[in-house]
Amino acid sequence: MEIALLYVAGAVLLGLAGVGVGVGVGVLGARFLEGIARQPELLPMLRTQFFIVMGLVDAIPIIGVAIALYIMFAVVGA
Amino acid sequence: MSSDTLTATGYINHHLQNLTFGQLPGDHGWGLAHTASEAKAMGFWAINVDTMFWSIALGVLFLWVFRKAARRATAETPTGLLNFVEWVIEFIDDNVRGSFSHKNDLIAPLALTLFVWVLLMNTMDLVPIDWIPGIAKWLGIEYMKVVPTTDPNATFGMAFGVFALTLFYSIKVKGPLGFAAELTMQPFQADNKALKVLFIPINFFLEFVSLVAKPISLSLRLFGNLFAGEMIFILIALLFSGGIALALVGGILQWAWAVFHILIVLLQAFIFMTLTIVYLEMAHSHH
Repeated sequence: MEIALLYVAGAVLLGLAGVGVGVGVGVLGARFLEGIARQPELLPMLRTQFFIVMGLVDAIPIIGVAIALYIMFAVVGA
Repeated sequence: MSSDTLTATGYINHHLQNLTFGQLPGDHGWGLAHTASEAKAMGFWAINVDTMFWSIALGVLFLWVFRKAARRATAETPTGLLNFVEWVIEFIDDNVRGSFSHKNDLIAPLALTLFVWVLLMNTMDLVPIDWIPGIAKWLGIEYMKVVPTTDPNATFGMAFGVFALTLFYSIKVKGPLGFAAELTMQPFQADNKALKVLFIPINFFLEFVSLVAKPISLSLRLFGNLFAGEMIFILIALLFSGGIALALVGGILQWAWAVFHILIVLLQAFIFMTLTIVYLEMAHSHH
C-alpha cells in the first residue's frame, strides 16, 4: 500500500511538473515569437531574456522531476 | 560502482553519497565515513571532502588560466586562449553594464568569478559518471561525487556569500535606518500616523519573506537543476547493466541528454550570475 502511494506521488509530481512547465514555457514562447515578429531587430536582446526567464520557469519543474525519479527508482527500489 | 551492492537502488544511492569527513559515531575519533548511515550520524560538524576538493581545484584552475592570459595580454591582436578569455570578460562586462547602474568595482569581478566557477563546476556533470568514481574506487576511496553543485552545501555556501554582500551594501548605501525603512515602510504606505504604525508589521513580514527567499531560491535553483541532471545520468547509466541492446540505447540516451544538458549547464551558471547582479543592484538603489 505505501509503495503504491509512493509511485502515485512520483507520478503526480511528474505530471504536475509537466503541466506547469508546459503552460509557463508555452506562454513565454508565444510572447517571444510575437515580440520578434513585431520587432525582428530586437531578436538578440529578446533571445537572452527569453533564456533567462526560461531558466527561471524551468527550475522548479526540473527539481520536481528529479525528486519524482528519485522516489520511483531509489526510495521504492527496483 | 560499489561491488557489494549491485542493485539499482544501491547504485543510485552510492552515486548520491558524498565522501564525508567528521566525527565517527561510537567514539572512533575523526575520520572518513564508510557508509551512508555513518555519514548521516556525523551531524552538523562534518565536511564533504569531495565537494571541497573539486570546487577548490576548479577555482584554482579558473584563476590559473585567467592569470596566465592576463600576464600575456598585449595591445596586439589576441590569439587562442587570450582571445577566449577576452571574449568571456567582455561578455560579463556587457551583462554587468546592462543591469548594474551604480558605481562599484566589486560587481564585475564577482560576476566573472561566479559565472566561470559555477560553469566549471557544472561542466563536471558532463564527465561520464563512473569514470572519476571508478578511479577513486581503484585508489581505495569509497565515495566520490564529482559535481560540487549537486551538493546543496556548496550552492548554499555561495548563495549565503551573495546574501551577506547584499545585506552589507544595503546597509552601507542606505544606512541602517534607510535599510530598516525599506523593510517596514513599503509596499503599504499611508499618510495617517496610526495607519503607518499598523502597516509596519505587515510590511516587515512581506519584505522579510522576500528577503530570505532570495538566497534560498538562488541556491536551490542551481542545486536542483544539476541534481536533476545528475539523477537522469545515473538512471540512464543503469541501462548499461542490461545487455548489449539496452546498453546501446543507454549510450544514445546518455549522449542526447549530455547535449541537452550543455544548455542547462550554461544557463544555470548565467542565471546565478545575473541574479547576483540583480540582487546587488537592488541593494544599491533607493526607493
